[in-house]
Amino acid sequence: MKQEELKNRLSEIKDKLIGIEETTERRMHLLCEAENAHAVNKFLFENLALRFAIITGIDSDDCFEILYHYSNDESGCVVTIKAFIRDRENPAIESITPLIPGAEWIEREIHDLFGINFVNHPNLRRLILADDWPEGVYPLRKACPFNDVQGRL
Amino acid sequence: MKMKKTMQKPVLAIGPFHPLQEEMEFFQLTVDGETVTDIDARISYNHRGIEGISETLQFDQVPFLVSRVCGICSASHPLAYVQAVEDIVGIEPPERALYVRTIINELERIHSHLLWVGLGGHFIGYDTVFMWAWKYREPVLDLLEEITGNRNNYGNVRVGGCREDIPDEAVPKIFKELDLLEPKIEMLTKAVLDDPIIHARLKGVGVLSREDAVAYAVAGPTARGSGIAIDVRRDDPYAAYGDLDWNVISQPEGDVFAKAVVRLLECMESVKMIRESLNKLPKGPVAVEVKEIPPGEGCGRAEAPRGETFHYVRSDGGNRPVRHKIRAPSYVNVPSFRASCIGQHIADVTLTLAAVDPCYSCTERLAVIDSHNNITHNYDTLLQMSREKTARIQKEIGAPQLKLEDL
Repeated sequence: MKQEELKNRLSEIKDKLIGIEETTERRMHLLCEAENAHAVNKFLFENLALRFAIITGIDSDDCFEILYHYSNDESGCVVTIKAFIRDRENPAIESITPLIPGAEWIEREIHDLFGINFVNHPNLRRLILADDWPEGVYPLRKACPFNDVQGRL
Repeated sequence: MKMKKTMQKPVLAIGPFHPLQEEMEFFQLTVDGETVTDIDARISYNHRGIEGISETLQFDQVPFLVSRVCGICSASHPLAYVQAVEDIVGIEPPERALYVRTIINELERIHSHLLWVGLGGHFIGYDTVFMWAWKYREPVLDLLEEITGNRNNYGNVRVGGCREDIPDEAVPKIFKELDLLEPKIEMLTKAVLDDPIIHARLKGVGVLSREDAVAYAVAGPTARGSGIAIDVRRDDPYAAYGDLDWNVISQPEGDVFAKAVVRLLECMESVKMIRESLNKLPKGPVAVEVKEIPPGEGCGRAEAPRGETFHYVRSDGGNRPVRHKIRAPSYVNVPSFRASCIGQHIADVTLTLAAVDPCYSCTERLAVIDSHNNITHNYDTLLQMSREKTARIQKEIGAPQLKLEDL
């Protein structure tokens, strides 16, 4: 799909988004709230037929960000859906694994490392952490006791 | 439920995880007779937390860390990382640096694909192919050593360019080695394409359909072998790939044979690309100074031998990344085994797993549970079965075995 066409078709999900950022010609961010993330993913994967690349989880102090990276291989553009999970106590977002089987591992990984609950995930077992890892300790959260960088230096 | 019970027992009994072996991965197959009915993969026996470590390092230290994500792909990972940082800063490295990056990455692709061809031969019992492919791979590693100082873990890219230039006196040597290498790769390709046994053994085995390839979001030769002609080098051109004349190789069948053909033909394309890069190699510096990394976020992509390597970096204006996400191609290629292995004959499993080129050691950690008889096969018996099948086909066809003289 040409980049122009992709931009035009984004108007179909305008009500789900809270912003569109274009840093360069080949990098695009679609901002949305967590509850709309599944619908936006579905639109990008099924309607626009973009290739799923990976998900990044980020602990950014006041919220969790879940970044869904897609690739539009015809234009070389990386389209990233940036979903904000505002609830830091019980972070949850709907799983896209039923939609894209290739997302199974990465959702399990983010569940391990950030403690984010992927609702409707068919198999949310541990992937990265050992079986005897303590419950409720999430290594990539900023508040994790192992991430005291200053202490280590 | 009964199946589950039998599955849990041998995990303890087999013990194929050895802390000294690199890259632990464990596949547990459930079989009915000789047909695979389920496959479960467990990873992260040796998780090194590289994404976490990266957040504790300065931007210019990270390339050396990420080159250790994988020894074979140790040019692609740092390249994807520095491209993500350059995306944040918004700079373009000097032209010569782009060509040096291209040459190193294509040499890496040749040595990685030759390694795979050798292993593929080993799995089906063609050890001659194994020895010859690895023999031809050696001079490529020597060239990389001459350019970067290391056979692997080159550590040659940095934000804003390259650390080491290709010395002028190395250029004729690279040309000479390529001239020697090209006919050898041609012969290997011909040997694979013309051999009736290899056709019978690899065609229709481990088929990953186009739909499954999309659903599992696979990358690299695994996708191109299933008819999805994606290649970051062409789609999102980086380094000097946009200036070069080359083709994306793809095959529609999705079986092991298609993946082998893709890799062999890609080696030829790589040889072509290196020659063209050396001819066009511009003069000038190989790096520009980058002082500050501004706040922002960037994505970097590079086509590693196994597929697209994806790096995401976020900066808050300090001297360390606040988040660095790494996705190696095997992370999406390995789960596609669920689509390509289930329903397969048990003798084809090692080969199907190997066709994705996950890692040599991955395939060694294989356990098979027969849900009826509770027999556990290990890697050696599976390899044996694979080779016996080749021998059976040889007998049926009556074709002569691949001879040393043919190569």
